[in-house]
Amino acid sequence: MELIRIAGLKVIFSTRSGEIRAVDMVDLSINDGDSFCLIGESGCGKTVMGMAVMGLLPKNAGITGTIRYRGQDLVAAPEHNMQQIRGREIALISQNSANALNPVMRVGDQIAESLLIHQLCPADKAWEQTVQLLGTLGFEDPTQGASWYPHEFSGGMRERILIALALICNPRIVIADEPTSGLDAQVKTQILRLMKDRVVNGRTLLLITHDLGAAAFLSTRLAVMYAGEILETGPTKEVLARPLHPYTQGLLASLPSAGLHPIPGLSPSPAHFPAGCRFSDRCPAVQDRCRGNHPVMIAAHGSRQVRCLLYD
Amino acid sequence: MVPDRSGVSCMIKLDGITKIYSRGFLRQQKTVAVNNVTLSIKRGETLGLVGESGSGKSTLGRIALRLIEPTNGTIRFEGTDLTGLSGKELRKFRPRMQILFQDPDTALDPRMTVRQCVEEPLAIWDRTGPEETESRILDLLEQVGLTPDLIDRYPFEISGGQKQRVALARVLTLNPGFIVADEPTAALDLSVQAQVLSLIKSIQKRTNLTLLFISHDLQVIGQMSDRVAVMHKGSIVEQGATQDVLNNPQDPYTRQLVAAAREGEAWLGKTRDTGAVH
Repeated sequence: MELIRIAGLKVIFSTRSGEIRAVDMVDLSINDGDSFCLIGESGCGKTVMGMAVMGLLPKNAGITGTIRYRGQDLVAAPEHNMQQIRGREIALISQNSANALNPVMRVGDQIAESLLIHQLCPADKAWEQTVQLLGTLGFEDPTQGASWYPHEFSGGMRERILIALALICNPRIVIADEPTSGLDAQVKTQILRLMKDRVVNGRTLLLITHDLGAAAFLSTRLAVMYAGEILETGPTKEVLARPLHPYTQGLLASLPSAGLHPIPGLSPSPAHFPAGCRFSDRCPAVQDRCRGNHPVMIAAHGSRQVRCLLYD
Repeated sequence: MVPDRSGVSCMIKLDGITKIYSRGFLRQQKTVAVNNVTLSIKRGETLGLVGESGSGKSTLGRIALRLIEPTNGTIRFEGTDLTGLSGKELRKFRPRMQILFQDPDTALDPRMTVRQCVEEPLAIWDRTGPEETESRILDLLEQVGLTPDLIDRYPFEISGGQKQRVALARVLTLNPGFIVADEPTAALDLSVQAQVLSLIKSIQKRTNLTLLFISHDLQVIGQMSDRVAVMHKGSIVEQGATQDVLNNPQDPYTRQLVAAAREGEAWLGKTRDTGAVH
């Protein structure tokens, strides 16, 4: 069953240096129970996509297109409707655990707050539920942990607190924005395992990351984003095993375990995208027609799609 | 100058380095950041220093350049004991030893253009004529793969990868023999990481640089280093040739690190294998 359908989504930021096309004509559909991963490098628009679904974009963002969730268009939904959905139906594990928590509020209060705002239970119960949830997320002494402040925890434990914040109201959809950035290899593995057990299990996940390992471990479907567009989608295993788009191929070759073969050049500035294919300036398989024609998504075998004239 | 017994082939030698931080009431609380570390790096060699956050690897990197004073131990740079030198005497060695920081955002002065940033060390150390300076700056920018049109930009006007290249150009201005690279790509994207790391490798090959390469990413260390030292809670728990340590780790902590890295590789590797079967 389709849970979220994004159609023709465009997010444009008006800035002094012109219009920044952060997300440009994105179409996506996420089924109930999917683990969907948006993968891409800094500035490709993946975080903006997540924020658009949460309705948390800043005021200077111009957003067009539709995000359909259970019959409702989240782009057009009034703020009081979004407040009902946010946290309770769609929750966010936000980026950067050092800045995402309130430094002067006990973590238990921050987690319980969501239950109280959505009036899901009385205050004493909310604290109890918070402590219980922290216990299942790897806190050895959850009662004590809940009464501590964010600075008293390590990066890995703070990431667990962010997961608790997202899970406390038992949402249907969790959007996780770079949940493993800044963590050591071992802690990262622990957090990914925890996410697989507790977040993926029975829920729909939208994972936003630049980490191919995390994508491979957690997601069932993958969309590769570049310069505001989706270049390739398909089942995660197939895309990583046989990447179709030259950008995806280059990304995999850049992995240390693949020998660090870099993609030459830089991502284009979102204020000045090339007229044709946005990857054409860096593409090893570029042809003349790539520079003039902007490719559309082409259906490849199975449920895969790719935005590249090579498969035309 | 005291000649080192191992001769000139040894670029840097740390012996019994310990760093203890004291804090609290009467400075009685002690934290041992680095505990009795001995290691040496040969000329032209890359030693990878791996460990988790808080293991003391950055502290050790800075001690190697005497940016932090060790509590105990000696630092020998090309045979000279740096530990006893005064600031003025030490200054003679500064052009030969440099550091590349983790975060190019904080390593570069936001109010200096690319040109000023690369020019500053030349102005201090190498007072050549303006024409020569200009050609030297352009040459350095070319070496690190930056186009001359970026020369008058400020750090906020260029990308993270470009900033790290500028930082690298600045480090290279005075032809150093030894560089401490402290997680130089931790803040960069995958494809940019690959660009910057292969750049460092090619410059090293050309100029016979000696590198202390600090990272928490074992896969990156595996690609970059000739030898590896594994740091855990301030001590070196294991060191040896990269392939030996990665393929046959002896210390229990190293085994954990290698297992975590292997698992990460397996997630990706498995997906690639399934592809080959289809």
